[in-house]
Amino acid sequence: MINIQGLSKYYDGVCAVDDLDLNVPAGEILGLLGPNGAGKTTILRVLTGYIRPTSGRIRIGEMDPAEDIVPIKARIGYLPESIPIYRNLLVYDFLRYMIRVRGLPLEDPHARIKEMGKVFAIDSVMHKTVGELSKGYLQRVGLAHALLHDPEILILDEPTSGLDPNQILEIRSLIREVGREKTVILSTHILSEAEATCDRIAILSQGRTVADGTPQEIKNRARQHRSVTLELKNADPEQARSSLESVSGVDRVVPLDGPETGSLLLRLECSGGDDPRERIYQSVKSQDWILLQMSQEARSLENIFKELTLES
Amino acid sequence: MSALTAIWNKEFKDYFLTPIAYMVIAVFLVVVGWFFFSTFFIKNQANMQEFFQLLPIVFAFVVPALTMRLISEEISLGSYELMGTLPVRPRHIILGKFLACLCLIAAMLLPTLLYPLCIDRVGDLDWGPVLGGYLGALLLGGAYAAIGMLTSSLSRNQIVAFIVGAAVCFALAYLQRMLFFMPEAIQGFVDYLGAGSHFENIAQGVLDIRDVIYFLSIVFLGLYATKLVLESKE
Repeated sequence: MINIQGLSKYYDGVCAVDDLDLNVPAGEILGLLGPNGAGKTTILRVLTGYIRPTSGRIRIGEMDPAEDIVPIKARIGYLPESIPIYRNLLVYDFLRYMIRVRGLPLEDPHARIKEMGKVFAIDSVMHKTVGELSKGYLQRVGLAHALLHDPEILILDEPTSGLDPNQILEIRSLIREVGREKTVILSTHILSEAEATCDRIAILSQGRTVADGTPQEIKNRARQHRSVTLELKNADPEQARSSLESVSGVDRVVPLDGPETGSLLLRLECSGGDDPRERIYQSVKSQDWILLQMSQEARSLENIFKELTLES
Repeated sequence: MSALTAIWNKEFKDYFLTPIAYMVIAVFLVVVGWFFFSTFFIKNQANMQEFFQLLPIVFAFVVPALTMRLISEEISLGSYELMGTLPVRPRHIILGKFLACLCLIAAMLLPTLLYPLCIDRVGDLDWGPVLGGYLGALLLGGAYAAIGMLTSSLSRNQIVAFIVGAAVCFALAYLQRMLFFMPEAIQGFVDYLGAGSHFENIAQGVLDIRDVIYFLSIVFLGLYATKLVLESKE
């Protein structure tokens, strides 16, 4: 549905997006995940046609935004990060205005607005001015606006920012529901959110994708990296280190601050698909050491996210 | 086309949702009425020339006050991001806003039609120059509105947009009286650039196509430059 090739965007010489490739098939919910300043919003703004890329090719469906962006904009629903809508308009008038500006061929615009009011539970605020609304209602009005014209593609910039936990759950389930029929791209810097709502996650850092896959795939990749903590008695630090590093699957041995009892505490960083604990145990057993503790920790998605986005 | 009319409609209503329209119209009517009638009975002539002569200067302050928020507010509030993602061409946004402002200028001039109606009852009014004057006033208002929109698109700050817009309009209105300081070689050219002489011709009932073209080209240039400014923000 959406195909991005070699997209770059510079703001006054500062790089926001750097030679990015991304492919989003129809009907997928893609989460762009990254710390602030990773280029998420820029990518979304380029897709919506609000800003032009410095270079790169984008195709949305069969269309090329560089040729004519207006028909593409008609197929996209967009929820900006801070919903900047006309504060002195009534919610109803705002939605009515959007229907008119978009030139939607609706037989009964009023019925459509009522329908959106029901779906997003904004019935009760239809006759309040936008400026009076709380953040949660504002977000829902924004979502209603984004879906007003039943777009094929939905682009949401931090859809749950500033909401309370209940509202977050509501919005997430709404997104999942909408995502059954539509292509959705959302940006977030909250990992659990991407995990809960998205079919696929692309982790961004400094304008590049550093990981791309389903939440499960990224987790599996995480699981391949694990660390084992060992507490040994009667072991010489140097000797322990060299002998443990020779165990297959162990990449690195890092001494930790041991407890005051004088035992040796080590963290073994391991990679590879299989569990190295058995081999580590054999190695310990072959020496004259006493094993006080051995525990394994798979890296969480949080750790991966942190490492990926800090490394580059 | 529907997007244009929707924007036009909304922007025109917006003027009346906030106190801007009421304040500007009131100030305009008080200022113009005061200055026009303070000398009207002394001169004792049944014509509207004095009234129309006030317009280039008064409009230079009033019209930028109407246009200052049109674009700069949308950019500073961020609602331009919303507009920028709607399937609407920038020219429709600009034209819709421009027409809304022009309609408000017409609404502002509407109550002043009472003047010629009253004058006609007490004296023998020649309606030709009056109608020409109103047409000229709309052309002048349109030209100032286009300049005001350009300055509004250049700044996020409405006050800056107003001051720069008013300064440019004022310069256009006053250029004709500054000819004295110019070298003779460029006097003709500068006179043509100024809005004053073109407006006076129309206000005297002389509808010269050159004057109409002058105002329409300012409108076109102003709006086109606004479009370029908005596009450069993409």
